[in-house]
Amino acid sequence: MLEIKCPYCGKRSQNEFSYGGDATVKRPTLGEEISTEDWDNFVYFRDNPRGKHTELWHHVSGCRQWFKASRDTATHEIFDTCKMNEALNE
Amino acid sequence: MSNAYRTKNSTGLINKNKKINFTFNGHTYHGYEGDTLASALISNGIHLIGRSFKYHRPRGFLGVGVEEPNAMVQLHEGNKSEPNIIATEVELVEGLKAKSQNCWPSVQFDIGEVNNLLNRFFPAGFYYKTFMWPKSFWMKIYEPFIRKAAGMGVAPLQPDPDRYEHNYEHCDVLVVGSGPSGLASALAAAKNGARVILAEDKANFGGSLLTDEVTIGNMSGKEWANDTVAQLKSLPNVILKKRSQVFGYYDHNMTVMIERVSDHQENPSKYTPRQRLHYIRAGEVIVSTGSIERPISFGNNDRPGILLASAAKEYMTVYETLVGKKPIIFTNNDTAYSTALEFLKNDITPVILDTRNNSNGELVKEVKQKGVNIRFNSGIADTKGHLKIKSAVIGELDKDKENFTSLESIDCDCICMSGGWTPTVHLSSQAGNKLKFNEEIDAFVPDKKRQRESAVGAANGSFTLNQSLAEGFQVGFDLSNKFTDNNIVTNTPNSKEPKYEKHERLWCMPLPQGKTPKRFIDFQNDVAVSDVELAIREGFRSIEHVKRYTTLGMAGDQGKTSNLNGLQYVSNIEKKIVPEVGHTTFRPPYTPVTIGAIVGREVGNHYLPTRKSPIHNWHEENNAVFVAAGLWQRPRYYPKESENMNDAVNREAANVRSNVGICDVTTLGKIDIKGPDAPEFLNRVYTNAWLKLPVGKARYGVMLREDGMVFDDGTTSRLSENHFHMTTTTAQAANVLSHLEYYLQVVWPELDVNVLSTTEQWSGIAVAGPKSRELLSKLFPNIDLSNEGLPFMGLVDTNIDGIFARIYRISFSGELAYEVNVESNFGLHMWKRIMDVGKAFNIEPYGTEALSTLRIEMGHVAGAELDGRAVPFDVGLNGMVSKKKDFIGKRSLSKEAFTSEDRQTIVGLVPLDKRTKIPEGSHIVENDKVASPVPKLGHVSSSCWSVEYNNPFSIAIIKDGKNKIGKNLFAVSPLKDISIPVEVVSSHYVDPDGERVRS
Ligand SMILES: [Zn+2]
Repeated sequence: MLEIKCPYCGKRSQNEFSYGGDATVKRPTLGEEISTEDWDNFVYFRDNPRGKHTELWHHVSGCRQWFKASRDTATHEIFDTCKMNEALNE
Repeated sequence: MSNAYRTKNSTGLINKNKKINFTFNGHTYHGYEGDTLASALISNGIHLIGRSFKYHRPRGFLGVGVEEPNAMVQLHEGNKSEPNIIATEVELVEGLKAKSQNCWPSVQFDIGEVNNLLNRFFPAGFYYKTFMWPKSFWMKIYEPFIRKAAGMGVAPLQPDPDRYEHNYEHCDVLVVGSGPSGLASALAAAKNGARVILAEDKANFGGSLLTDEVTIGNMSGKEWANDTVAQLKSLPNVILKKRSQVFGYYDHNMTVMIERVSDHQENPSKYTPRQRLHYIRAGEVIVSTGSIERPISFGNNDRPGILLASAAKEYMTVYETLVGKKPIIFTNNDTAYSTALEFLKNDITPVILDTRNNSNGELVKEVKQKGVNIRFNSGIADTKGHLKIKSAVIGELDKDKENFTSLESIDCDCICMSGGWTPTVHLSSQAGNKLKFNEEIDAFVPDKKRQRESAVGAANGSFTLNQSLAEGFQVGFDLSNKFTDNNIVTNTPNSKEPKYEKHERLWCMPLPQGKTPKRFIDFQNDVAVSDVELAIREGFRSIEHVKRYTTLGMAGDQGKTSNLNGLQYVSNIEKKIVPEVGHTTFRPPYTPVTIGAIVGREVGNHYLPTRKSPIHNWHEENNAVFVAAGLWQRPRYYPKESENMNDAVNREAANVRSNVGICDVTTLGKIDIKGPDAPEFLNRVYTNAWLKLPVGKARYGVMLREDGMVFDDGTTSRLSENHFHMTTTTAQAANVLSHLEYYLQVVWPELDVNVLSTTEQWSGIAVAGPKSRELLSKLFPNIDLSNEGLPFMGLVDTNIDGIFARIYRISFSGELAYEVNVESNFGLHMWKRIMDVGKAFNIEPYGTEALSTLRIEMGHVAGAELDGRAVPFDVGLNGMVSKKKDFIGKRSLSKEAFTSEDRQTIVGLVPLDKRTKIPEGSHIVENDKVASPVPKLGHVSSSCWSVEYNNPFSIAIIKDGKNKIGKNLFAVSPLKDISIPVEVVSSHYVDPDGERVRS
């Protein structure tokens, strides 16, 4: 079980959080004309890197805040976490 | 005869003043306080304890602790019965009942032993080769045979009566193992002020200090251990846990430890758990788990009475038990000589066989000085004795040690063997540590760490006491300094122990000429040298493949005594060095863990939390049958007298259609939405328009996922300009909240909106049916509930009995209906008031079944239709989709696949005979007479008995549904083996124009 540092609450066990996927994905702007390919890339396609991954977590059994984390997908090392409006220390 | 095998001196940890009775295979014996089941049996001269896994060979004790591969027993009886318990780990307790496993009819005479005589038919890979074909034999012949032959104990059929608990701990430094390096680490870290947990698997702290004759400072090893434990006990920042095995090392320094709390107690109090599972998140973990002695492979090296030399020593020094009175000691190193010295203390002179040409180690000299003849350059070729070792065929080895030059037989009643020592690296390996091979000790030691874990002492390959203590004190201090600023150094005491000479690289004896006795490597899985040879001969090269093919090291003991010997043997055949062969990965658990401990208190009703509405007790008092809806308990129906479910549901639903019904809808998800951008936010979240919803009005909304699938639906109302009250389905309440938070916090943080779950703050009561207006008008005489005063989708705030109430005119049943919301604490009061007034209108409560019936008849979609595979078009919600604005998931709806005309869409089904209910999940096919696979048009999502038309009615999702209306098809349920001819109708079966809700 991972130990994740919520930027609002501090270190908590993984079972308080839910995973939110790749944090670098940007949702297309509402009302914007967008090709099917670009839309499909947004909805369905994600990289599955071995190593450093910037991702979202939700402190769902805590403060209910979404935040960013930089985690190694192979070793589970978490390098940094930050609030949504902050930048990760990479 | 009883306890005839006890040592002369009582210098161990046995309390002879407390006798303990126990039974083994039906016979009563006694031991003493401090005994394990193993030591008590051995002190009674019993070595035969079970039969081996594959060949059913008689087996005895090999070890004295967790390393024991053979001595597994079935413990206790009835619902407390427990299989596969390692006898060396069981503390003796009054009345303990144990019996042998894997033997029938008895351990002395076991039918399965025929496998041993047929052993040439049971080589490595036997199961793979034999049980391949024909396929039809698997279920009836092969599987039962394997199950019967696979010799493990029997799990009880009754529920486990014992109590298990979970505990969460945090510490700066966790020290695993309380030998010299563990005690040193714990003391250094604790004195420096770190929060320390020291875990010891056995019933006593001290590890090797309890058995070795050493001096630390001016104390004996044992005294120093006791003194250190006393010091640790006096410190407030230390938790000492004995009978506690750290068995798992997971990510981010999460370790899991099993504590045997009351297994050793005669009469534990009722609420004392049997075992406790500790989840320990440690800042740093010090692995001081010591080392395990290696056996030597020689002909028939598995007979009862053949055991590890260190085990024999511990039985003598700690348990005051003699493993035999005519011992042979067989070794490739110096340490076994300490076992010889223990025998000599009991006036027993062992025969000593040493594979080496000579040794000048201090212990060897001491043994020599006592006049014992040591046979160097010698080994054991074979042994005799069916149920217990009787004699050994021994001899001198040739120059290359590949053959015996001469053989003779000597009598013995035990053989104590030592092949040197293997560091216990399991936890380090579990932590992700890349091990390296240490040629000095011919074993793997921890190397590159991935987590905050440090091995010290023997677990780190440091076999001398000096090294162990130095490492322990140093690492304990260094690591604790990460957590404190105290900088308090504890000095390492001087220590004295005998000097040892190096072991010999020889773990497998040659066969006696012309004979092929089995030379076992893995005792628990019955893997012999010949099996490894066969695997190599058949082309297996990777050690992982050899392991799986032979099952070497795959048993419950995790190869504690066999892994390295197996590797060594493979490397010998392959003429490679061990590090090139590599090693297999260790995985948790290090020792077997009771399922009960893993489950803990999460059994029965404690498995999940139960959510109850504030009206729950009323439902219970009124005979409700409950159904789980997620965590909620909801009334399913309220049977009267002899009614069955169908009768009750039909009565409840019909009463809504003709009079008025009342239903507890507290479980619906409710979300409070506030902020200047709230209308804009809802406009993005829902498929329909929200900007112009007037204050005081509710609107039905549908939300999608980005992939276009319907996610949830519900009614949301505008309470004031910037304040909305959203409802969700019971099932999706939590997901919808997370979804909203995601868009507000991650995607559109510029929107000024706050969302908050108010599900538990409001109690909701639906009042539905043609008489609902009359009823509520009587209850709330001060408000205008006329169609003009409170039209469909309107809402009004009011007060009753000093309680705030909000009345929504919304309907799920398709009837004229209202939903009254009050603060949760007043839910029951409100419910009772409505029931009171409702009596005059024949009000009756209705449960989720009637609720379903009413919505299915109306063609309202719910979870069964909104199953994550439906776009709005599929379920008749196209009218809800705005063409003007963008919203979550809209772009997906224009994808080709989602606009195709022949998508499966919603329809109604009525059986042609108007009597046969259509099972949910049935397949819809055009022709049920063609050969399978029959092309499938769709499936039945919901079924009910229409109380309006008094015949069955179902909702189905079928291909090109709209154009199938009026056609006859078949609903086929292969599970129930029925085919029902049905007519396709509109899904809006009752009141298709929605006149009633607006009346
Ligand atoms: Zn938080």
